[in-house]
Amino acid sequence: MKKVIVPLGPYHPLFEEPEFFELYCDGERVVDVEWHAGYNHRGIEKISESKHWDQVTFLVERICGICSNSHPMAYCNAVENLLGLDIPERAKYIRTIISEMERLHSHFLWVGLAGHFLGYNTVFMWAWKYREPLLDMFEVITGGRNNYSMIKIGGVRRDINDQQIEMLRKMLDGISSQLNMLTKVFLDDPVLQARLVNVGVLTKQDVKNYGAVGPVARASGVDIDIRRDNPYAAYNLVDWKVITRENGDVFDKAVVRLLEGFESVKIIRQCLDRIEHKKGEILAEVREIPAGEGIGRHEALRGEVFHYVRSDGSSSPVRHKIRAPSYVNVPTFKKSSIGQTISDVAIILAGVDPCYCCTERVAIYDANTKKSRDITWPEIVKKSQEKTEQLKKHG
Amino acid sequence: MELKNILIEKLGSKIKEYKEPTNRRIYITIDKDSLAECARIIFKDMDARYIVASGVHNEDSFEVLYHFGFDKQGIVVSLRVYLDKDNPEIESLVWLIPGIEYIERETWELLGIKFLNNPNLKHFLLAEDWPEGNYPVRKNIKGKK
Repeated sequence: MKKVIVPLGPYHPLFEEPEFFELYCDGERVVDVEWHAGYNHRGIEKISESKHWDQVTFLVERICGICSNSHPMAYCNAVENLLGLDIPERAKYIRTIISEMERLHSHFLWVGLAGHFLGYNTVFMWAWKYREPLLDMFEVITGGRNNYSMIKIGGVRRDINDQQIEMLRKMLDGISSQLNMLTKVFLDDPVLQARLVNVGVLTKQDVKNYGAVGPVARASGVDIDIRRDNPYAAYNLVDWKVITRENGDVFDKAVVRLLEGFESVKIIRQCLDRIEHKKGEILAEVREIPAGEGIGRHEALRGEVFHYVRSDGSSSPVRHKIRAPSYVNVPTFKKSSIGQTISDVAIILAGVDPCYCCTERVAIYDANTKKSRDITWPEIVKKSQEKTEQLKKHG
Repeated sequence: MELKNILIEKLGSKIKEYKEPTNRRIYITIDKDSLAECARIIFKDMDARYIVASGVHNEDSFEVLYHFGFDKQGIVVSLRVYLDKDNPEIESLVWLIPGIEYIERETWELLGIKFLNNPNLKHFLLAEDWPEGNYPVRKNIKGKK
């Protein structure tokens, strides 16, 4: 079987991120999926072995622009686990605020992209517009709209002052009413229901077999959340709840993400109340990292981030293993997309939020004729959008 | 019963070393021959969640840590297996955990640890024409200082 590959990517100026999936199809039905990764592999685990412990925090921040707080968080948790260090309380609250702001901005981003893939470009425009004040707030607090460099081993790099707390509160008021509106738009629309309910279903057993985490697991009724199960930062000091759903389809994944947004707002508000009008240490002093090993986890926007570090007492880690949530979430569409139509694949792939929908180029194999042709990501998105159009017209 | 006691009771003499250096982190060293049995007990019988596996290159050995999450207790249990430095190979766990295929492929191509009976042991992150025997995460390959 000879396949023709059009030289469009995996790297291309129009693409968000390079990745490559092969869909094996019988007519319109997907019968198998093959995942090729590595186009974006930068050897960060290896680079980490040649950096100072403190520098690694800022190195892992660059793994992903969207979760740029999640990796430093898990890494610092790992080093602090190795040290047996408890960080100052104020730093815990600040870490929690930044993490939850990040969750909010990423879930807005996801809702926007999901809307776009389904042909609801208004949802896309709105969601991304509502995300902007969050990014501006990040700039006010941390100095950067992305790559915040806020976390350090032993605490945080910058404090949040009362004036910023006031600004944050105002921003949250706006965000909650917008989130409310967006949730209603998304969940009450009959066409969206027709497109998402019972599409790309993932069972509890699939979640276990692939080790899926985060909203993907929680939408299938698997009640796991590192923030509650292995508390760190200030998650055990504030009141919030884990959102789960039972069906495991794309609709439930959307519900989990949208409702998590409200919990995030709740968590940030409580943290702000606790640190307002108070002063306190934000950094515990760390002089040396002794020999040993540590494991750090953080419930990122897409699920559990896992870092394993080992020290021989020198100034750099001797081994640093990083596992991002997409690493275990992405393979689940070996289960969720099989038996579905090509036009639904876009939203199923997007349903796991694979660090953007990084599935730019998909090769379609016809299982009957054994021939293949390359199809670009925009084509797949167009197919998906056309399906929504048809549903709108004919009910 | 505490998780520690259950683990010690179920794994019994297969445990070569038991360490709990910090809160909620357990490291258990086992022989590579008992990996399949221990992993089955932890993953199937005790219903732990597969997290990932970490391969490590030491001066005189290779090491693979299989991390499992006990989410109700918030504990990470890592099964540690030491492998021969000249011929690092170990049985694959794909028959038990389908999702482990990718990390086994990654550990194979980056560290050169061979996973026997992995049905799909081919390049995952590196290019298909990557030179054979060149394992970038091994210690004798130096990163840029």
